[in-house]
Amino acid sequence: MREITYREALREALREEMERDETVFLMGEDIADPFGSAYKVTLGLSPQFGTERVRQTPISEQGFVGAGVGAAVTGMRPVVEIMYIDFATMAMDQIANQAAKLRYMSGGQAKVPLVIRTQGGPGRSSAAQHAQSLEAWFAHIPGLLVAMPSTPYDAKGLLKTAIRLDDPVVFIEQKLLYNTEGPVPEEEYTLPFGEADVKREGSDCTVVATSMTVLKALKAADILEREGISVEVVDPRTLFPLDIETITASVCKTSRVVVTHEAVERCGFGAEIVAQIAQTAFGYIDAPIQRVCAPSVPPPFAQHMEAFTMIDEHKIADRVRRLVTGEL
Amino acid sequence: MPREVVDIPCQVDYLSILDEDGQVIDADLEPDIPDGRLLQLHRTMLLARRFDERMLQLQRQGRIGTFAPVRGQEAAQLGIVAALRDSDWMVPSFREQAASLWRGQSLESFLLVYGGFYQGNELPGNELPEGTRNLPVAVPVGTQPLHAVGLSYAIKYRGQDDVVVTFFGDGATSEGDFHEAMNFAGVFQTPTIFVCQNNQWAISVPRSRQTNSETLAQKALAYGFPGRQVDGNDILAVYVAAEEAAERARSGDGPTMIECVTYRLSMHTTADDPSRYREEEEVEEWRRREPLPRFQAYLKQRDLLSDSDIEETEEEIQGEIQDAIDRAEERMEKLANEELSMFDHMYAEMPPYLREQRDELARELAGQEGNDA
Repeated sequence: MREITYREALREALREEMERDETVFLMGEDIADPFGSAYKVTLGLSPQFGTERVRQTPISEQGFVGAGVGAAVTGMRPVVEIMYIDFATMAMDQIANQAAKLRYMSGGQAKVPLVIRTQGGPGRSSAAQHAQSLEAWFAHIPGLLVAMPSTPYDAKGLLKTAIRLDDPVVFIEQKLLYNTEGPVPEEEYTLPFGEADVKREGSDCTVVATSMTVLKALKAADILEREGISVEVVDPRTLFPLDIETITASVCKTSRVVVTHEAVERCGFGAEIVAQIAQTAFGYIDAPIQRVCAPSVPPPFAQHMEAFTMIDEHKIADRVRRLVTGEL
Repeated sequence: MPREVVDIPCQVDYLSILDEDGQVIDADLEPDIPDGRLLQLHRTMLLARRFDERMLQLQRQGRIGTFAPVRGQEAAQLGIVAALRDSDWMVPSFREQAASLWRGQSLESFLLVYGGFYQGNELPGNELPEGTRNLPVAVPVGTQPLHAVGLSYAIKYRGQDDVVVTFFGDGATSEGDFHEAMNFAGVFQTPTIFVCQNNQWAISVPRSRQTNSETLAQKALAYGFPGRQVDGNDILAVYVAAEEAAERARSGDGPTMIECVTYRLSMHTTADDPSRYREEEEVEEWRRREPLPRFQAYLKQRDLLSDSDIEETEEEIQGEIQDAIDRAEERMEKLANEELSMFDHMYAEMPPYLREQRDELARELAGQEGNDA
């Protein structure tokens, strides 16, 4: 199968859905060519579809998310891009109070088929206001769906589904993933929300990882394999709906679990996963449930300090090793 | 030249057609509204007024929840929506009962919604995007002009000639999203009509403390489109301003802002007591300029309406309101026992996690019934 980057996979998803359905259009800051958006996902789309459909807006996150809500109610399928998830703070009323609640408050009359694409995570020395991982905020709001793909294949399949769904989706990418490559079929496919993917099978310990940490968990599994420890890596892919069945089935099999994400540990989405595992698979767990997450500080600007807060394969491997050997 | 004056278009006109006694000030400005439509407007204005009074009683009796009375602002709303077509959109804040009644929302629907049941929005006539094309209320101040801009962007994108009206208050013009909406509309020349009902008070904060600008309408000038002020208690002036704005929008000339200068004669919401922060003399002064008697005087003067007509309409309206209350209360009694409906309309398809929570509540309710028995 051909290999393309995460960025190309996302661009293909946008292009295919725009070709398939003319109600799909894009809005965001700097998304038209020649700039083609901060992380170049939309590069090349405005020459093909025109600037009415690849609508570059004034700098106004609240503005284009709100306009997206309005357009969606008429039956359009806007895909808006918030350049950094940190800037979602400025659109939070539109996301949490409007997009998430219009269907409910209208007694089911208003549908909001809106996709909010954004990206988060550390790794480029982007500092405190450009590198946070805020997925838990969105997963906390009833009315929103949240996707967080880790591979090009998942990114494309989930984005195409997100665009076709009749509910608002917060679609969270990761800035270091854009250049990663992976197999993506040329033929049409979509992936359902609410279906986790077992990225690697194993028997000694389950690692539940999201976005960038899936790649780190897979590397950790390689390291540990050489030491005779077999790790299963589960990627929920969507945080809501969350496929807790696949996660607990894995935990029941391995009897140990480490949950990892790039967001700070406190009140992170890992806490939700851990709680649900404890509720449904308590009797199967042989060791304390572990979390490998960022410390509760903003992403440091200085590179060496940022690196210290990031989740890498060694942190995950170390925790799994100690868990499996009974040290914890 | 080291320093020169930049010549920018800077003009806000003020439009008024009826004086405080309902006399036409300038016959050239009087709009040509068919007699039947004028009487329909009068009936809706009277209905909105009486319904408002009745809703207040119901709220005080604990039969419905909190709402924002419309008293005093009926002309500022009806004059606007009377200039719209059915296919145009209306994006309200939370005080637009008069406008919504004109656009087909039923009394029963209001009563259910303010009784605490969003099922009121499921009643016939409220279907979206067809039906009344009114969005539901937006409670956080200033959020909805952005929806109007997005709706109108979609209309423009599809090459249709509908327009979108959004209502907000003087307080909303201090919010960031109002300015983002105005800027967006200006840049993309969307068919949007921004209607500011300047009712002088944002809860307890007077208009003078909201902005240092001379008018609210002038804010549109900064975004590159016209802003005008009208006597918001003069339904004819409001209508003329709205008609001109709609015409501009339909012909592709972009947005307009209309500041309707009016007054909130009642409280902010039923949770408010305005006597704590404003003088009765001020209210009294505005009461003399309020829209209903002015419109009635105009219609009488044109021999379209008599005192006995008004009396007759009043009676009809009371009956209509009572019927709606009876129907709504009967429905609410049933809905009160449909607790599981809180899980409806969360998503297009109910995710398993929500279904489990719904089942949990169902078990709890079944248990309660068991205990009661």
